[in-house]
Amino acid sequence: MAPSSNRRSGSSRRAQYTTFIGYLVGGAGAIIGGALLIVSIFNPGFMSTLRGAGTDAVAPASSIVAEGKADSEGLVETISGYLDAGRKNAHLKRDIERAKVRLVEADAIAEENARLKSLLGLMDENPKPVAAARLIGSTSSSTRRFATLGAGARSGVSVGMPVRSPMGLVGRVLEVSNSTARVMLITDSESVVPVRRAKDGVPGFAQGRGDGTLQIRLINLGINPLKRGDTFVTSGSGGLYRPNTPIAIVASVTGDGAIAHVISDPANNDYVIVEPMWAVHPSSSSQDEAPATGEAPAP
Amino acid sequence: MRRPFEDALTRRINRAPSPIVATAVPWITVMLGSLTPAIPLIASSPVLPPFGFMFLVAWRQIRPGLLPVWAGLPLGLFDDMYSGQPFGSAMLIWSVAMIVLDVIEARFPWRNFWQEWLVGSLMTAVCLFAGALFATASGASTPPILIAPQLMLAVLLYPLAGRLMATFDRFRLLRFAKVR
Repeated sequence: MAPSSNRRSGSSRRAQYTTFIGYLVGGAGAIIGGALLIVSIFNPGFMSTLRGAGTDAVAPASSIVAEGKADSEGLVETISGYLDAGRKNAHLKRDIERAKVRLVEADAIAEENARLKSLLGLMDENPKPVAAARLIGSTSSSTRRFATLGAGARSGVSVGMPVRSPMGLVGRVLEVSNSTARVMLITDSESVVPVRRAKDGVPGFAQGRGDGTLQIRLINLGINPLKRGDTFVTSGSGGLYRPNTPIAIVASVTGDGAIAHVISDPANNDYVIVEPMWAVHPSSSSQDEAPATGEAPAP
Repeated sequence: MRRPFEDALTRRINRAPSPIVATAVPWITVMLGSLTPAIPLIASSPVLPPFGFMFLVAWRQIRPGLLPVWAGLPLGLFDDMYSGQPFGSAMLIWSVAMIVLDVIEARFPWRNFWQEWLVGSLMTAVCLFAGALFATASGASTPPILIAPQLMLAVLLYPLAGRLMATFDRFRLLRFAKVR
């Protein structure tokens, strides 16, 4: 159909002016938007107060839905668990037998570890978590990967703190408002985490690709020693992320590194933990750190 | 005992649409579309189409001139508060989109379903591409195929978004204010 002709302002001066000013402001809007865009590309924290206030405003609704979602997922898991209970039972029994043996071994290792640490005079560095909260939203239609955390400055969260789940590293706090915080997930394209291979400490960086995977770049170039299934943990170089937090498993090897899957998929985590920022202590930084990684120290 | 809206649905004489509702509904629906990041869906890659933008284009096609040409500026600002894009990205894209839609309408005054779907899909595609470009402007590297899933979803959902906005348009014009 043809559009209504209410755009034609006719001979009324007032209507003509209204139309003209509409176009003028529309064009100005594009220019203002472009200017703000350039500012915020060079200064990503631009307007973070406004963003924080906006996120705070909708956070109560998001939290309620997040709780409901966690409950309903639990229900689905319970029902689907019944469907193959027999097979699963056999599997679990076998796994428990194996796990019991492993547990004894682990106990022995823990004891040895404690003894060696006391010999070295090291403190056991397990800091108290700052806060435990739900991730209550994420930028699901943007190519940047940010999540909203349901705890903010009021709970003691501050910028730069690493966020982890029981499985592994999730991201770090980028902006904080009163009751929420914006978390940059490790899969974001601007997130870079210093990592090392868990079994032998091959150092590298894990950079997000925006699609749920990480690009592992090795520091020592040459023959690529990575294999499918290698596990990476944070190395703690440069501070910020505590060492030995699991982060990714190699999925495919590339020329200069590997593409890795994130161990702790933030979508599966009910709660995440905000840890205090980790700082490299001069006394304890010498053992297994990757030397001279070029990473700037924590702000 | 009267049910809610019974008056609005049955009585036509001596009733008029409320001017506040008639004006506010398009703005509110577009803002609700922009609030998708408040849904507790922790996506590991962009999966949801830009609902706010799609609703804006749909309103523009259903009721040309209802949202003013400059509506992209305030609505884009609201979208920027939640979307995770660099601030100003939606303000720029949405403002330009409103002007482009005006030009398209002047150029092709006779329209049909397929043409509107095509225009809506193309606009959304450009919006997504430009958004991805702006998001990576500060040196990040993401594979360009990243926006393919949400683009596909956006194209498929566009007619539905139009239907939804048409439903809201009927609600907008319900006659529930008494004429004195």
